Amino acid sequence: MNALSPIAETSIRAPSLEAIGMTKIFGPLVALDDVSIKVEAGSFHALLGENGAGKSTLVKSIMGFYRADQGQILLDEEEVSIRTPRDARDLGIGMVYQHFTLVPCLTAAENLVISRADAPTVFDWRKEKNRLEEFMDRMPFKVHLNAQVSSLSAGEKQKLEILKLLYLDQRFMILDEPTSVLTPGEADEMLGLLGEMAAKKEITVLMISHKFREVKAFCDSFTVLRRGKFTGSGDAQAASVEEMSKMMIGDTQIRERAERTQHNRQEVVLDLAGLCAVDGEGLPAIDALNLKVRAGEIVGVAGVSGNGQSALVECLAGQRPLSDGEVQIHGKPFEPKRADFDKFKVFGLPEEPLKNATVPRMSVSENIAFRSFDKPPVASLGWWMRPGPMRERAKELIAAYRVKTTSPEAPIEDLSGGNVQRAVLARELSGDVDVLIVANPCFGLDFASVAEIRSQIMEQRNRGAAVLLVSEDLDEILELADRVAVMSGGTITYVSPIEDTDRNTIGQHMAGH
Amino acid sequence: MAVDTAPTPAPVKLSGRPSVRTLKLAEAIFIPVFALVISALVFSVFLLFLGQSPIDFFSLIWIGGFGSSFSWQQSLQRAAPLILAGLAFAIPARIGLTMIGAEGALVLGGFGAAAIAIPLVTYAVPPLLTLPLMALTAMAVGGVWIGITGWLKHYRGVNETIASLLLSYIAIAIMNFFVEGLLRDPASANKPSTLPIGEAYRIGAMPGTSVHWGLAAGIVLAIVLHILMTRTTFGFAARMTGGNARASQAQGLPVGYLVVTCCVVAGACAGLAGFFEVAAIHGQANASLVAGYGFTGILISFLARHNALAVVPVAILFGAIAAAGGLIQRRMGMPDATVLVLQGIIFVVLLTSESLYGRIKFFQPGPVGERT
Repeated sequence: MNALSPIAETSIRAPSLEAIGMTKIFGPLVALDDVSIKVEAGSFHALLGENGAGKSTLVKSIMGFYRADQGQILLDEEEVSIRTPRDARDLGIGMVYQHFTLVPCLTAAENLVISRADAPTVFDWRKEKNRLEEFMDRMPFKVHLNAQVSSLSAGEKQKLEILKLLYLDQRFMILDEPTSVLTPGEADEMLGLLGEMAAKKEITVLMISHKFREVKAFCDSFTVLRRGKFTGSGDAQAASVEEMSKMMIGDTQIRERAERTQHNRQEVVLDLAGLCAVDGEGLPAIDALNLKVRAGEIVGVAGVSGNGQSALVECLAGQRPLSDGEVQIHGKPFEPKRADFDKFKVFGLPEEPLKNATVPRMSVSENIAFRSFDKPPVASLGWWMRPGPMRERAKELIAAYRVKTTSPEAPIEDLSGGNVQRAVLARELSGDVDVLIVANPCFGLDFASVAEIRSQIMEQRNRGAAVLLVSEDLDEILELADRVAVMSGGTITYVSPIEDTDRNTIGQHMAGH
Repeated sequence: MAVDTAPTPAPVKLSGRPSVRTLKLAEAIFIPVFALVISALVFSVFLLFLGQSPIDFFSLIWIGGFGSSFSWQQSLQRAAPLILAGLAFAIPARIGLTMIGAEGALVLGGFGAAAIAIPLVTYAVPPLLTLPLMALTAMAVGGVWIGITGWLKHYRGVNETIASLLLSYIAIAIMNFFVEGLLRDPASANKPSTLPIGEAYRIGAMPGTSVHWGLAAGIVLAIVLHILMTRTTFGFAARMTGGNARASQAQGLPVGYLVVTCCVVAGACAGLAGFFEVAAIHGQANASLVAGYGFTGILISFLARHNALAVVPVAILFGAIAAAGGLIQRRMGMPDATVLVLQGIIFVVLLTSESLYGRIKFFQPGPVGERT
């Protein structure tokens, strides 16, 4: 297929795609079990499901990364054979991944040209530029062609990814949670544009998502998977959020959310005063950051990924040194050392627990003992460890927090994401908590775990802990926080009680306005 | 306490399967042994190319290493420094470092012991005082030497593998500098050496054997370090740091202190090996200290899965291979380096076998309930 064929001159080019009876088995795991999905030409179709439901396996089978064990794929109602990603590309099926696949040190134009399958050995740049400009003129949204990709914002990069698919004439687009790196404004803009193009039958979009808000606002049809099986499909506008979420989670019992108890304004517990820290290249990662958290309140720190949130959490956890400023707890200086963690009862739920909060090869029981291994009853004389009390404690907590594991002695890396996070919760929240530092606690977890974890965070707040919640999920912040702080460019640019603000205002501050 | 509204699922039953711990242990024994067998097969092919009989070779290793009480003692004698060198790699490995500088710490430790012995022997300080002082000096010198590398790694981000290797050459050069100059015994004409400590100051053999006390020291140290790493808070914190330094930091552990301490302990082990080489074998410091024990220790530690206790039998095995080297040279007319070829093959096969962990179905516990 000629990648330079003029696009969108004849507008009705959107293909339809149907996958029938897709089955994919990995060893003992049936990742896809006889799943069928039909995406009409020119539709904006949402693929819903929890983590591990088989969404990725399905689209990877369509993209040719996996060979399905059974099933067939029809493109424009004709059976096609997709053995490799190259086949998918030649058929005009393209995918935008959760993380960018652009080359940061090249310009937008260079990224587009090198993505072509028939890219020549020697480029005639003048000719290429002219063609690209013609191409860009026909597009509903633009990216500056000579800009270096690393200088583009996340929203622009995502647009460029989509332009790349159009440039390669890939009219069937698979988007894998495309808005997770965007501000709400950017996300709405991009999905709106795609929706318009789909409505004009220029493209067909299949979007993996778990944000019902986006599905309701932009999609016209949906398919739901649960545990590798098809559980329903329909008209996204007609179906209610309740119906869709029921299809996603089935009969799983969702824990009741803990109610927010009202209490009077209490004293400041955690005080971050003028914090500064630098990143790996010596540039400021956080810059004169001030924030106070009171007892019994959750302060949610919102922001677009990469504005210093992870540096802030690392500073508080002792993983990154402060170059200036001071952290105070109850008016006393706090150092992120073990003695101070214990003295001030500071606990943490870092993001990606397998990476930040556990030692993957150590056992569940040992991982649960990280806070207590050097204190009685596990340690006697301060240095001699007794495995008995450690195992007993682990067994109790594994039961109380319903951590699913073959044995307390199994390495924690063998557990699923939700169970790893539950084991970390068991370790961090089973004691008396004064300060809780939480970062993206629900990233990549299933509904039941999300509900449980949020509920536990709320319980800690109700019990009087000062909670700092750093999250890239604005909905999570809107649900949990008493006050919202927006982080942009390494500092807090906006703070407001949750009742005095809304998604739009927060979004504008996230975008740096 | 967190009280949940949802019911607790029934515990996963694994009827008839051994515990996770047993399975892990079986896996950790099976895979290295399997790697040894494969290495032997590959080496056999190499021998066949040379027109030699693999059967002869391996039976000579058996005879030379374990065939008689004499060969046993030869093997154990050589195992003594290997145990200590193996520990010098194993301890930093547990905290996540690939520290290959035991050779340097051994040489410098041995040299330090020989150097401090010169004034002590000259003034006729009794051996019972001199020998412990020599041992302490050797351990301190070795500890500082590897400790420097650990410090550079943690506080300055210097790659510990490269740094420890290069520091080994510096250590050897330092010894040569003194042995060939300031501290040279004028009587050592052909092979520059320090002044011999003399028979009275030599460490003798353990009663009823011809094996020197270094073997006992190595075994005791292996047991002590095993307990340190498995049963103490220090060892637990070190294993946490080795498994995930970020998580260890987030628990407020003093990562720098743990890293440097493990390196100092490792260096002390290597230094002690140097002390025994001087006080029990050579009686002085010279180029003979540079015998490659430190590097064989790396291989031993890998084969022992960096487990301090397992280092002991593995070191004895390599002691036997080394002890049989002479016999092979004489009987088969093959050069000394043949044994090095075998060691090299074992190392490559062993590193390849690392990829087998978690892949052999038999050693895996049953499925973990349902994956969410």
